[in-house]
Amino acid sequence: MERMGFFTDTSVCIGCKACEVACKEWNAVPADGLNLLGMSFDNTGQLDANNWRHVAFVEQSRGDDLRWLMSSDVCKHCTHAACLDVCPTGSLVRTQFGTVVVQEDICNGCGYCIPACPYGVIDQRPGDGRAWKCTLCYDRIGDGLMPACATACPTESIQYGPLDELRERAARRVERLHASGVPEARLYGHDPADGVGGDGAFFLLLDEPEVYGLPPDPVVTTRDLPKMWRRAGIAALAMAAAAVASFAGGAR
Amino acid sequence: MRSYYGRQILKTPVWRHDIPAYLFSGGLAAGSALLAAGADLTGRPALRRSGRLTALGAVGTSAYLLIHDLGRPARFHHMLRVVKPTSPMSMGSWILAAFGPAAAVAAASEVTGVAAGLGRVAGLAAAGVAPALATYTAVLLADTAVPSWHEAYPELPFAFAGGALASAAGAGLLGAGVFGAAAGEVGPARRFALTGVAMELAALRRLHTRLGVAGEPYETGSAGRLLRASRALTATGVAGAVLGRSRMVSALSGVALLAASALTRFGIFAAGVSSTKDPRYTVVPQRERLAARSPSADDERERLAARSPSADDERERLAARSPSADDERDAIGAGREQLADDRITRDLPGDQQPA
Repeated sequence: MERMGFFTDTSVCIGCKACEVACKEWNAVPADGLNLLGMSFDNTGQLDANNWRHVAFVEQSRGDDLRWLMSSDVCKHCTHAACLDVCPTGSLVRTQFGTVVVQEDICNGCGYCIPACPYGVIDQRPGDGRAWKCTLCYDRIGDGLMPACATACPTESIQYGPLDELRERAARRVERLHASGVPEARLYGHDPADGVGGDGAFFLLLDEPEVYGLPPDPVVTTRDLPKMWRRAGIAALAMAAAAVASFAGGAR
Repeated sequence: MRSYYGRQILKTPVWRHDIPAYLFSGGLAAGSALLAAGADLTGRPALRRSGRLTALGAVGTSAYLLIHDLGRPARFHHMLRVVKPTSPMSMGSWILAAFGPAAAVAAASEVTGVAAGLGRVAGLAAAGVAPALATYTAVLLADTAVPSWHEAYPELPFAFAGGALASAAGAGLLGAGVFGAAAGEVGPARRFALTGVAMELAALRRLHTRLGVAGEPYETGSAGRLLRASRALTATGVAGAVLGRSRMVSALSGVALLAASALTRFGIFAAGVSSTKDPRYTVVPQRERLAARSPSADDERERLAARSPSADDERERLAARSPSADDERDAIGAGREQLADDRITRDLPGDQQPA
């Protein structure tokens, strides 16, 4: 199967949040209250167990002038996915579309995937105990449908398709924006050489990633795991040696 | 540093106090199994008895804590569906699955007095797994995106191994008193305390000096307080353990060592948790990494940052220069109208369809 993904072009996002609503409707994601965060028009706040799309709304001002940046964030479906690597039950799996999905009948709510995610996407659902996140509408794309968010997006800010095609399209889009006087346009998560092997859901941003609440240089934690096991092995040997030496020292 | 309204980027671990408590109890179980096996082989019955019982009690507590912390405790056995070296929690589940029954058999033989040979084999098996049990938990914490845990991966296993030895020494000194150890019996426990504390303090010292930004959470807030209290108790405990000759001083030193080890685990846990709550600990080290990789890109970034934030003239200049962006906006507007028309058309009953 071809690897499928999202290209979210934030330069045409109008902040309508249709993606958030469509996602909740299709996936039967529970409501999580009316939370007025008092910081901008964003009252969702973050991606979590009950918000699988999150429209960030950035207000930037200098003097009297104001700029609005809007961006629909989502699970990145990393090539090297830390959540999947650390899951001890095998609940998190890689699908035939290259996406990363939680099997809700397997997850036992150990919570390991949650601090493992370098983007802070996956989260535990209160009252349910299990971990939840975007499935890239696994139940839709298998039937040839588009994910609910991409279907609902009125400006095609959210584009769904084969990842290779999306990457080409995104590169052309950035070139065009640069040519038309938007030098700050840049891609995020498109590069297979980055710390997570490239994202299955990547973005065109108009400012630095951290302005949208994204990490500037995410790295899959398991990249260092062989070194971690080696250090633990040495420490374990040191511990055993200390124990043996403690008894070899005679009485007293 | 820039951020999204100062909000955190990472998720804070959902693990409750069960997990730092387990870091302590797991280490205590591991250290005690080693102490018991050594005592068994060198003919120290009271130390052996204390070690075996502590190991079983601590591993039993560990199992309870780990299951209690699950979002779905009834599915605890899903931990044994797969064997997965990329998941330290999976490895830990199997380590516990090997250690727990061995510790239980050794303790059962100790209490009942039957099958001493089997008890010895089980005790040695538990001791064989013990160093893995004491150190894998460091990998468990480090194998996350949590800055203060991940960056500390070279030191954490040594801190945990040392803490396990020190806490087992504490329990041993306490237990030796309870079970009436002979005068020469507790020497190894004293040396466990000394080497364990040395290992733990050296690891934490190195962590403080090496870590940079991600090391800050270890010194501030509740983590800083817990770790300072732990250091004070450690000093008291190890001094009492090594110098004290009265049974009472030994027992009190044991309590101090146990408390110190527990506080260290809670402190390390708290440091990681607080490092997830401030985007600074995520962004600053990553920016430094990027800057080190390509300094020229960093200059470019500053140039863009200087010009992009919505200055009036800048915006107007861009708008004037790029009619294509305006066209695009019109195109989107037209697209939206088309969508709206489609929607109206769809909503109308058949006989009212526009021609």
